[in-house]
Amino acid sequence: MTSPTPALLKGETGEWELIIGLEVHAQVSSQSKLFSGASTEFGAEPNTQVSLVDTAFPGMLPVINDYCVQQAVRTGLGLNARINLRSVFDRKNYFYPDLPPGYQISQYKQPIVGEGIVTVDLPDGSVREVGIERLHLEQDAGKSLHDQHPKLTYVDLNRAGVALMEIVSKPDLRSAEEAGAYVKKLRTILRYLGTCDGNMEQGSLRCDVNVSVRKPGAPLGTRCEIKNVNSVRFLQQAVEFESRRQIDALEAGRAIKQETRLYDANTGETRSMRSKEEAHDYRYFPDPDLLPLELSQDYVESIRGSLPELPDAKRARFEKDLAISHYHARVLVAEKESADYFEAFVAAVEKRTTKSGRDIGQDCANVVVTELFGALNKDAKPIEASPITPDALAGLQALKMDGTISGPTAKKVFEEMYATGKQAAAIVEEKGLRQVSDTGALEAMVDKVIADNPKQVEQYRGGKETVLTFFVGQIMKASRGTANPAVINELLKKKLAR
Amino acid sequence: MAALTDLSLADARDGLKARKFSATELTRAHVEAMAAARPLNAFITETPERALAMAAESDKRIAAGTARPLEGLPIAIKDLFCTKGVRTTAASHILEPFVPTYESAVTQKLFDDGAVMLGKVNLDEFAMGSSNETSYFGPVENPWRRIGENRSRVPGGSSGGSAAAVSGRFALAATGTDTGGSIRQPAAFCGIVGIKPTYGRCSRWGIVAFASSLDQAGPMTRTVKDAAIMLRSMSGFDPKDSTSVDMAVPDYEKALTGNIKGLKVGIPEEYRVDGMPKEIEAIWSKGAEWLKAAGATIKPVKLPLTKYALPTYYIVAPAECSSNLARYDGVRFGLREKGDDLTGMYEGTRGAGFGREVRRRILIGTYVLSAGYYDAYYLKAQRVRALIARDFANAFKDVDVLLAPTAPSAAFARGEKTADPIAMYLNDVFTVPASLAGLPGISVPAGLSGEGLPLGLQLIGRAYDEETVLRTAGVLEQAAQFNARPATWWKQN
Amino acid sequence: MALDKATVTKIARLARLRVAETEKDGLAGELSNILSFIEQLDEVDTKGVEPMTSVVAVPLRRRTDEVTDGGKPEDILANAPEATAGFFTIPKVIE
Ligand SMILES: [Mg+2]
Ligand SMILES: [Zn+2]
Repeated sequence: MTSPTPALLKGETGEWELIIGLEVHAQVSSQSKLFSGASTEFGAEPNTQVSLVDTAFPGMLPVINDYCVQQAVRTGLGLNARINLRSVFDRKNYFYPDLPPGYQISQYKQPIVGEGIVTVDLPDGSVREVGIERLHLEQDAGKSLHDQHPKLTYVDLNRAGVALMEIVSKPDLRSAEEAGAYVKKLRTILRYLGTCDGNMEQGSLRCDVNVSVRKPGAPLGTRCEIKNVNSVRFLQQAVEFESRRQIDALEAGRAIKQETRLYDANTGETRSMRSKEEAHDYRYFPDPDLLPLELSQDYVESIRGSLPELPDAKRARFEKDLAISHYHARVLVAEKESADYFEAFVAAVEKRTTKSGRDIGQDCANVVVTELFGALNKDAKPIEASPITPDALAGLQALKMDGTISGPTAKKVFEEMYATGKQAAAIVEEKGLRQVSDTGALEAMVDKVIADNPKQVEQYRGGKETVLTFFVGQIMKASRGTANPAVINELLKKKLAR
Repeated sequence: MAALTDLSLADARDGLKARKFSATELTRAHVEAMAAARPLNAFITETPERALAMAAESDKRIAAGTARPLEGLPIAIKDLFCTKGVRTTAASHILEPFVPTYESAVTQKLFDDGAVMLGKVNLDEFAMGSSNETSYFGPVENPWRRIGENRSRVPGGSSGGSAAAVSGRFALAATGTDTGGSIRQPAAFCGIVGIKPTYGRCSRWGIVAFASSLDQAGPMTRTVKDAAIMLRSMSGFDPKDSTSVDMAVPDYEKALTGNIKGLKVGIPEEYRVDGMPKEIEAIWSKGAEWLKAAGATIKPVKLPLTKYALPTYYIVAPAECSSNLARYDGVRFGLREKGDDLTGMYEGTRGAGFGREVRRRILIGTYVLSAGYYDAYYLKAQRVRALIARDFANAFKDVDVLLAPTAPSAAFARGEKTADPIAMYLNDVFTVPASLAGLPGISVPAGLSGEGLPLGLQLIGRAYDEETVLRTAGVLEQAAQFNARPATWWKQN
Repeated sequence: MALDKATVTKIARLARLRVAETEKDGLAGELSNILSFIEQLDEVDTKGVEPMTSVVAVPLRRRTDEVTDGGKPEDILANAPEATAGFFTIPKVIE
């Protein structure tokens, strides 16, 4: 199910095709920096998480963090990519105040990870395979604050030297929506792998977006790079604005200048970056302070052996083993924590009811996606903050399945559980919500409602069968939802038929 | 008793142990000699109080019987080693105000072994030079002069201050660094011993970098034994330097057996360059005869790419330096010149902070790495470098050590070569090949030129085989009986 | 290859080195001489030769991921030509 035709944009002169490639910078979830022992923790006082190495004092030397190497390999494996057993760290030379040595240690010619593939789920249910060009390890820069003083820029090096994985896609994306879906999927994979926390607000995941437009079938147009976009929404807005800007320019007969642009979240526009205007010549060469990074196949295999089940595999398993819909499976695996919750829930229900996963899977998925996610979304809470544990939710599900409570009652009990954190059984007992299925007791209720509503009885007998729901509703109300609707239906039909 | 400043490091060590004098007396004698030698401009920063405090601590330790290997021995530190709390300049205006908050790995080892620091000695700016004339703090004078001449001679470079201090007997020993010959060539010019160990032996952590793939620290002393003693303290694995080698450090002093029977010594034919002075040829032949007389076999060997070592070096070293020196930008330490904007500040700071030779090398290095030229220059040089290393590896299949002159001339006069960078670069013609291959090399004083200036012989060994180099050097030293010393013309009476 | 004045200007800019206009001709000459000296390497046949990346024939050591440094902003800022409130400060940069 690959999406067949790329989305085209309309311009005055006809249709345009949008070509997008992304460079995602994902911060490795390490304790210390790539080449120094300073902490990577977010939000510290300025220049407190900085070593002499990060400051590039004379004579300071880099020593690589093995955990970061492992995470790069792990991520490469998660992206179905080739792992290069020999890679080289180069220096990318340029002057900037938040780059203390005057060069960034990065991997240019020989990255640690080569080509791979990500399967992206598009909102219409289709999927698209996006090529990964490479993944390499590099250092982050520090932070320049331009708004603290009228005449000065402030420099904080806390981030300087933090390990980043730069994940470069092929120019395979064709719309803002696809670009957004790609980043979401990449983020999901990274979080499953545990190699990056994916926190875009704190800058753990940032994108540089290359955008160009062309007439369908024409050669590639000149591209512009939009730097440091830090949310999926901004990414989509930036792509939309930039593609429109390029189309308007080209249609007005202006050429596109290859340049670096900045996305302004306040205006929703992109603009040329003055500081990056100068043509760069990075003078890459292998860092003589480091040796080539050599990995053994065993090292790679031991990392492969420790990979978790990834979202695509998990989704396929949910569909196959638990017989749940593609849509529900996709929603459930989008966050590892949700999928974990769901699996714990299904297991607990299985235990309580001795039913198989296949029999209960879709019902369980409905409860989690509709009830639980609905409630959590309203409160903007993550699944980890759910007041109902998987086991408690299974308690509720079991009561519903064995007929102790009705479906509508179950919804009520759910709300109570969500609000109070109490167990389902306790709520049912406390409030007397147990479903009444005893025919004798229900017969009296049915007789009463028939006696009290002669007009409706007449309508029913005259052929208007929809009136039946009126009777059911009345009885449910009278029983506070405890009456078993199936039994009531049966009795009503029998008695009204006379 | 001889003056305390005339003692070798080994004799001073033994004298302290035998309580013939105290560390304080020994240090005071050197502090006084250092002050008297100011006309030589060997020191950028003198630290006499610190020296005397360290000596006092040494005396306590000696008294307590807890003396360390270099206890109480006053030495000079090249001002390229970062020293905690003591200004470290690399002889550059751009680092003039810089006071490190950290101690280089090598100086830390020396101080942990009890050495006393007299101060920081002069060098070519950022170690770029072969005559110590590029220092922002002015040139160093060689204690040696031609017989009957008052003209200043250069001490060689870049470790010119180190060589002058040891040769002029106002430091027992000194640290040096060698990128293309910066220990060996000044040692030869000043009539002392200097050894550049194998790349990776001494940690580079805390040494101001010039060219990272070549820089290596080493000792400069008056005797081979002193070099062995000091090298042992300076060497050793350092996890903070990714190019440091995790290998046990031998007791180099024990390697000096004086026995080289059966040793195979190679004479690299290509080192017999055009225009080499006769007396250098002569001393080289004499060196071979001495080793032969001691039981070694002399064999000619081929190092066909020798003539390409210098051009290779003058691509690799400037390329690395252009990147290594990018950190001197006026933001975090060192000089800052005001500018209208950031670029103005950068260009002003770096333009004013770096001297002529440093600027020249940064520009060449920037050029050879720039887009379109990288393959033709840098990559080409790294390929030739691989071939040069292969030449040595082949030679060492047949011989154990190589014998060659250290430099193509004796110390030249100040100003004689400053106008022509390439003439200056040619000074390193015999030292650069071993640097490119990362091999250990030593310079030993072997005699005097007709004009009364010292001449050095160089021995190059296999990687990590400093022991053979030192043992052979010991034999050369024994045979040469180099007892000449410079007249102390700088001392006022 | 001869290196002209415009190239001197270009590489000086790349290297952030202020070079006086009056110095440029002289520098172009000196640098050209150095270039023709190093271009002797063209004579060497290096076909199939791997460029040397390091003289040390050992694998790159990797350290364990531990926080062992930081927490000393005084040391970091001790040599700063200008600093305010824990930050290095520089002339304002316009992005
Ligand atoms: Mg990039
Ligand atoms: Zn990057």
